[in-house]
Amino acid sequence: MTLYELMAAPGRASEAVLNDTTPPEEQSALLTTMRGRLGEMRSAVRRGLESDAPSRTGMVGWNAKTLWERPDPLGAPLLKRVQAYAMAVNEENARMGRIVAAPTAGSAGTLPGALIGVGDELGFTDDALVMPLVLAAGIGDIISQTMFIAGASGGCGAEIGPSAAMAAAAVCELLGGSARQAVHAAAMALMNTIGLVCDPVGGFVEVPCVSRNAFYSVHAVAAAQLALAGLESFIPPDEVVSAMASVGRLLPPELRETGEGGLADTPTGRRIALQMAK
Amino acid sequence: MGLLEVIGPVMVGPSSSHTAGACRLALLARHTLLSPPTEATLTLHGSFAKTAKGHGTDRALAAGLLGYQPDDARIPEALTLAAREGLDLEFVTKDLGDVHPNTVQFSLAAEGETLTLTGSSLGGGVVRVFRVDGFEINFSGGYHTLLVRHTDRAGVIATVARVLADDAVNIATLHCARGSHARGQRGGAAMMSLELETPPSAHVLAYLAQLSAVAWLRLLPDVMQG
Repeated sequence: MTLYELMAAPGRASEAVLNDTTPPEEQSALLTTMRGRLGEMRSAVRRGLESDAPSRTGMVGWNAKTLWERPDPLGAPLLKRVQAYAMAVNEENARMGRIVAAPTAGSAGTLPGALIGVGDELGFTDDALVMPLVLAAGIGDIISQTMFIAGASGGCGAEIGPSAAMAAAAVCELLGGSARQAVHAAAMALMNTIGLVCDPVGGFVEVPCVSRNAFYSVHAVAAAQLALAGLESFIPPDEVVSAMASVGRLLPPELRETGEGGLADTPTGRRIALQMAK
Repeated sequence: MGLLEVIGPVMVGPSSSHTAGACRLALLARHTLLSPPTEATLTLHGSFAKTAKGHGTDRALAAGLLGYQPDDARIPEALTLAAREGLDLEFVTKDLGDVHPNTVQFSLAAEGETLTLTGSSLGGGVVRVFRVDGFEINFSGGYHTLLVRHTDRAGVIATVARVLADDAVNIATLHCARGSHARGQRGGAAMMSLELETPPSAHVLAYLAQLSAVAWLRLLPDVMQG
């Protein structure tokens, strides 16, 4: 299925994904497994908000708990919740805790940050989040047919980009968006991550990955808000995916998860790499 | 990627490719042996060589060789646990040539057998094994994988396929290879890997194993669950 075909689905986009990918007799088992994965995501969020134990490098570990427990000077509780949830998952990941890759471990916080964060803030039950999660999986599946989802293949635009697109579509559907709106939410999220490089300090999935998940979970919610207002991506969604892939392939190896360029190639980044090599 | 590969695996961090994928490759190597390995030399290539420690790749590989799944809470302690279980581990880094950046070669010894197996972690926890004991075969770990080491002669592949067909087992993929030393020769050593949609029954495996052309066979489990 293409995004163009998904966009034209008569009912909810998640139902179209389910029917396109899963035979009727297997759908109930798939939904049970998805419900289980949602539970795993929530459990990682909970552990991450409670812990301030540093990661092995000492670069991250306390960000989610700190944000969560501090006052909210902006008066924007949704913003704070989404960011805290996202970082909670990625800090659990950096501590070698148990998480759900969505679609990768390095981008694992964006989807639960946006989807569970919005769900909790607006009072949805976890059962209401399962079909949006199926849609998120479907969006990731479609993108992965054009570009392998990994920082190594196309920079962070090919990793946090798909995760933000998945999260945007999921949040859009949760809030009543049509298939067309959900797909445009994904496209708008993706088109605004094109060109992001993957430059993890020391090669660790910590800096900038933890804060990046916070930012791009908010980005996903913003894309859903635009789509729910009826705004659309001027470039058709499938063409946005192709553009993401072609820009990703143009990135030099130094900026594709080798830990050799960008933030990793700063004096501080090089110092951390040397320290940890000992 | 399937829906449960996109939202998954459930895993111990920090990297789907460098931790979960590494663990899955090691699990496939473990299951290719009849008994637990006692010695393992792990040759790391490319990004695996450069960032193994930071991503816990060393611990994930040890964990897979111990039979742990990618979501096992013991992964962070796997190096210590391997020593306790009598598994002697050595990590080396080497350029393995024109292969995926996340590639590892296992050289394993267990009671009465040795094995070399090479595979890559492609991203998102998806893996591919492309060489076993020097034979260029190919499987993903996402099915029940049947590995057959056999004599290179007419009819062996057909026989295996027919016996599986009689058991109503569908073959998803099939790769056959001659050993490099046997190129152009008949009667040499060969291997095939078959990815099966359902596991064959025990009597089918027993029948295949006793064929004169079959040196050995292994049935590897689907390691992509979870």
